[in-house]
Amino acid sequence: MQANIKVRRFNPETPSKEAHYQEFSVDVHESSSVLDALIKVREEVDGTLALRCSCRASICGSCSMRVNGQATLVCKTRLEEVAPNGEQITIDPMGNMPVIKDLVVDMKLHWDKVRAVDPYLRPGGPEPDGEYIAPNEAMEHLVGVMNCIMCGACVSDCTALEVDENFTGPAALAKAYRFVADPRDDTTHERLGKLNEYPHIWDCTRCYYCVEVCPKDVAPMDRIMKMRDMAIEDGYTNTPGYRHTESFVSSVRKHGRLDESRLAVDSVGWTNLPGLLDLAPVGLKALRKGKLPPIIPHKAEDHKQIRKIVDKLEDEAK
Amino acid sequence: MKYAFYPGCVARGGAPELYDSAVAVMDRLGIEHVELTKASCNGAGVLQEKNRKLGDILNVRTLALAEQMGLPIMTICSTCQGVISQANHRVLRDPAYLEEVNTYLAEEGLEYKGTTVVKHLLWILIEDIGLEKLKSTFTRELTGVNIAPFYGCYIVRPSDALGFGENPERQTSLDEMIKAVGASVTDFPGKTKCCGFPILMINQKNSMKMVSQHTGDAKDRGADAMVTPCPLCHLNLDGYQPKARKNNRGDKADLPIIHLPQMLGLAMGMDHKSLGLQRHIVSTTSLVRKTETVPAGGSAESD
Repeated sequence: MQANIKVRRFNPETPSKEAHYQEFSVDVHESSSVLDALIKVREEVDGTLALRCSCRASICGSCSMRVNGQATLVCKTRLEEVAPNGEQITIDPMGNMPVIKDLVVDMKLHWDKVRAVDPYLRPGGPEPDGEYIAPNEAMEHLVGVMNCIMCGACVSDCTALEVDENFTGPAALAKAYRFVADPRDDTTHERLGKLNEYPHIWDCTRCYYCVEVCPKDVAPMDRIMKMRDMAIEDGYTNTPGYRHTESFVSSVRKHGRLDESRLAVDSVGWTNLPGLLDLAPVGLKALRKGKLPPIIPHKAEDHKQIRKIVDKLEDEAK
Repeated sequence: MKYAFYPGCVARGGAPELYDSAVAVMDRLGIEHVELTKASCNGAGVLQEKNRKLGDILNVRTLALAEQMGLPIMTICSTCQGVISQANHRVLRDPAYLEEVNTYLAEEGLEYKGTTVVKHLLWILIEDIGLEKLKSTFTRELTGVNIAPFYGCYIVRPSDALGFGENPERQTSLDEMIKAVGASVTDFPGKTKCCGFPILMINQKNSMKMVSQHTGDAKDRGADAMVTPCPLCHLNLDGYQPKARKNNRGDKADLPIIHLPQMLGLAMGMDHKSLGLQRHIVSTTSLVRKTETVPAGGSAESD
């Protein structure tokens, strides 16, 4: 079959230093991956095309790039899947990281963030003779997160990182979870205390991009949500994120539905005067346009039934 | 065509014009709808942060209520659609979990068997009504109007819960809807990204950067308006656009953010006031004027 590929090219050594797209067509076997096609381009058409790859079997995590706008391991992406009828596909380097040349990015930002979450076991108590042992069942839930091959696909497409490069990002937060949830670690409370602050667990937008693009089903966002829950349970209740979640649950418990006005005020905090003053102009504009949510929210019929379910689950969680 | 209608909290709260315009459009299309008045909020992913099982139980309860009525669920909110789909996906692939969840519903005499279909109005128009029938209700083509699509995260991700395998056209459904009303699609990088609403109360600075980036990018590419099937995206992109644009681009809010049914209503020749277009924070006057320059009945005459 024919692979029709449009590749973003960038060479810092050219005088203009401007990126451009270049189109290639190469014949490849029907079972080929996108990586096979790119390698064929490099070997037979243009030897200057720069890309990273190694194992070609989705183990090493070297070949993440964007195919039609979404990050993926190109060795794992079959051409037939993305271009069943020989459509042209567009290949870009990963996002959120500076491009060194063509499809190769500088992943320093990614590594720095992983290092910053202290990605090592910090066990307590006296040192055992052999390894620090944990029972199988206490570790099984970590298998998914330990599958991470540090390919950077989630970092590339993270929407929070795109507007704020300080954000710890999905890969490093998934790595943080790996140690927060390890039964042998003795620093869980301290770890959660740090992660509870900016720019960690509460700054995720819950957009699901990391879950979608991860080639190994690490589901970083799910881990971030779990750490929010763990931080709350561990007593870290000083954040707008906590107040937002609590208010949400309490509103559903009370009315079966969401009380939007209350949610906004609760999240900002009733004693946070500057925060409340900041809310006021938007509230007034909404009021003028007939858009302010009702002060007494609509209740679901039979909302007492909903309350019973919420209470039962809250009791179980205790 | 009859559906169990799940309007969601925002259409009943901060964006009442969505509820009104959706009902007007459904009535024009002859879509029967019975509102799920007993259903709870789906949790929007926020309640799930604290207790995912609670979220699943509440959503399975909604699915069971519709199942009892023998009707598929219609949503008008990307977030509602995604969150209920995810809960449905989780219990359908794990019968033991479904059984456990059902024990919480027994007191109410409910049991979910797993047969309820959940669809956003956007998908219903394409899959159940059909674009041809939809177009036959239009009296005014929005020719010359440039509209940017903004999907809302949960109607595009995570894809395994959203039936893209069987219905791949869902991934471009909003683009198709813009073309169906005769307008031109303004493509821009942010159309499936986050609007910033989920972190509005947590990290407003980042949230405002997102609003500014998406509305600014669409405007720079020539959009007259942005359309969204998600009222949460609408609240942030419309309500906070003045602040976001001022702080991040130093310019004024100039991109109307309209709900999907409002766009369809305009093509159906409905009066902009009845569609609630005067209720937005960012003025929709320029858009309304532009659509009105196309004579009502224009497309019918050309047939």
